Amino acid sequence: MPLVKQGRLTTDLFVHVADGAELPGDGAVLVTAERFLADPQALLRRPGKLGVIWPNNRNLDELVPHLDGLASVALVFPTFRDGRAYSQARLLRERYGYDGELRATGQILRDQFVFMTRAGFDAFEVKKDADADAFAQTMKRYSVFYQPTGDGRVTALNRRMQLRHSESAGQ
Amino acid sequence: MYAYDELDRTLINERVSEFRDQVKRRLSGELTEDEFKILRLQNGVYLQLHAYMFRVAIPYGTLSSKQLRRFAHVARRYDRGYGHFTTRQNIQFNWIKLAELPDALADLAEVGIHAMQTSGNNMRNVTSDQWAGVAPGEIEDPRIWSELIRQHTTLHPEFSFLPRKFKIAITAAEHDRAAIKIHDIGLRLHKNADGETGFEVLVGGGLGRTPFIAKTIKPFVSGRDILSYIEAILRVYNQYGRRDNIYKARIKILVHELGIEKFAKEVDEEWKAMGDVGLTLDHTAIEEVRSRFSYPAYEKLPHMPDELKQAAHDKLFERWRKNSVSAHKVQGYSIVTLSLKPVGGPPGDATAEQMDAVADLADKYSFGEIRVGHEQNLALPHVAKRDLPALFKALDRLGLATPNVNLVTDIIACPGLDYCSLANARSIPIAQELTRRFANHDTADLIGRLHINISGCINACGHHHVGHIGILGVEKNGEEFYQITIGGRADENAQLGTLIGPAVPYAEVADVIEDIVEAYLALRDRPEELFVDTVKRLGVEPIRERVYATR
Amino acid sequence: MVTANRTWDGAVVYRTAKQGWSTELSDSAIVTTSDEARALLAEATADDVGAVGPYIAPVELKDGGKVKPGNLREHIRAKGVTIDLQVPA
Repeated sequence: MPLVKQGRLTTDLFVHVADGAELPGDGAVLVTAERFLADPQALLRRPGKLGVIWPNNRNLDELVPHLDGLASVALVFPTFRDGRAYSQARLLRERYGYDGELRATGQILRDQFVFMTRAGFDAFEVKKDADADAFAQTMKRYSVFYQPTGDGRVTALNRRMQLRHSESAGQ
Repeated sequence: MYAYDELDRTLINERVSEFRDQVKRRLSGELTEDEFKILRLQNGVYLQLHAYMFRVAIPYGTLSSKQLRRFAHVARRYDRGYGHFTTRQNIQFNWIKLAELPDALADLAEVGIHAMQTSGNNMRNVTSDQWAGVAPGEIEDPRIWSELIRQHTTLHPEFSFLPRKFKIAITAAEHDRAAIKIHDIGLRLHKNADGETGFEVLVGGGLGRTPFIAKTIKPFVSGRDILSYIEAILRVYNQYGRRDNIYKARIKILVHELGIEKFAKEVDEEWKAMGDVGLTLDHTAIEEVRSRFSYPAYEKLPHMPDELKQAAHDKLFERWRKNSVSAHKVQGYSIVTLSLKPVGGPPGDATAEQMDAVADLADKYSFGEIRVGHEQNLALPHVAKRDLPALFKALDRLGLATPNVNLVTDIIACPGLDYCSLANARSIPIAQELTRRFANHDTADLIGRLHINISGCINACGHHHVGHIGILGVEKNGEEFYQITIGGRADENAQLGTLIGPAVPYAEVADVIEDIVEAYLALRDRPEELFVDTVKRLGVEPIRERVYATR
Repeated sequence: MVTANRTWDGAVVYRTAKQGWSTELSDSAIVTTSDEARALLAEATADDVGAVGPYIAPVELKDGGKVKPGNLREHIRAKGVTIDLQVPA
């Protein structure tokens, strides 16, 4: 599955390790929430980057204390209709200050890229090659945003007020 | 009127170009129907029995004549020459081709009209009182808040894939014309003891399979905090609303299952935890939106112009005036309701010719402005009283002066089995038959205010639960049957109706309704007692006895 | 028979015996057993680009081989709305 990270198609350095499968000695791995929570310290001590796949119906409280040690958090879109992970993403970024990789996994189409980026995702396991190829182009589709999120894009309302301010300052 | 600026226009155009790409990918097979469905729904495109149906938003029910003319153009160019106004300040076109939809959207975008989020599991069109800004005694124009909320929830990156659809309605008048108590969030503008403007926030209303009247979650939220408070409600709902069963996914079920106190506590905790996330609306922000609503330059006119005195001899005019003309906040002006419920016609439909003609009349008599209400009628909101006689003549020629506003033939009906792929039974022919039975306007006047609402299935698009008389189509062994409720209402005293008896077949519905009305006329204690008040006073039983005794 | 709506314009279409779609009910492939119906549906569903939402619907066979819609819903889909659309002036 193609991975888009920081706007570009990239080789995925993380290996998804299934529950029960043996962990490689080193290298970056993504493990499930259950496996991680069974013994977080042991996994965090292991050489190599660690990422956790966090289900969209699990409370973030159990994850938050460990965020500093994680190189990636993967949030799940079981179908693209299921938008719970958008809230989780914003909370991780905007409330809990998580600044590592935030990965979208599951049913990911180009039609969600803008929403996901605005919610704080910066890595995407994209279902179709054509969509991964179209990432940069898709991100250019919108130039106006009505609501503030942690992505720092200026909202339409703020742009209007800035414009009004500069107009009245110029008079 | 709200004037779109360059930013609003850019966003709409960007949305059209995105949808054009999505349609192209669908037609080429790059997107499966399963993938495409949610994308088309987010742009107001359903698939119905005969064709695609296209639902276009009329934010807070305000339209310019230019925009209404564009609806006429879409009806002619892309459809079969007519459109259907819905109960949520939208217009629907029934026969649009998918391949032509991007062009239709582009034509609408030129006049600042869009179809974003008119369907799908996201924030729907934020509706409001169709008399906003002109009704006497209003706290302030609720459309400013509707527009602020509309912008905030349009293409919202967190809430575009909610468990289910989400509807907000706002009122600022004592009499609720926006049916806020049957919305996911209902907002009632009022002033607190300190004179500050804010909202009573209600949550969890809705009809459908499991109807609920909304409950107050917070008696007062200041205007400056309304966006953050809504954000908190949506975040709780997005995370905890049920996604395992489509019939239990609306926020009303979450509110019901948790109880309003527990739900309110969850929302409050989230609201507090949010802190300052840039959602507080300071004075400048509110004024920025307010400044883009323009109001007509009213003239100083007499309360009773000569034209009106002279026309008082014309019985037909007087009947219409008493029925369809309402008080305006400015002396010398009136609000005129245009009935889209002609005898024998489908409720809420308007032809392209009618739309063009109404646009012309709006230019001539109403500062180019038209309103759309949830009762599926139109209104001209700023008519000088001296123009009423001339306007009446023009409307009468167009078939838009039926003097039945709020009367028994002013029926709210969903499209039903004639169009809708969800329906179990027809709605429109039932409405048509009822308008013929009560075609005599003297009889209708005698009966007084009576709302009949018809839905062709349990999804309740015709709001049958809150009709004074509600009619619900069901299917029994392949036949159309109708359940009838009485005593519902959708206003500030919202109430669900009570079933009056066993379901009746298609052919008997109009007879039963006539009997119900007969029973009411016999039982009311004075002519001024409305149907719904008689039901409240006596309960269902006396009416049931009279109607079902011989059945 | 199996019916659906054509993807590009939404028109009502019927699955033919030649693995295509037709807007004429009389062209539809008519099957009489549930196994045949399921097979026809599976074959129609595979054409996701051509038509949307295929399902099995009943027909009535009249004397002389004439095919009629088997219920009210299909009657309305085949013949159009049951209401007079002219809004009287």
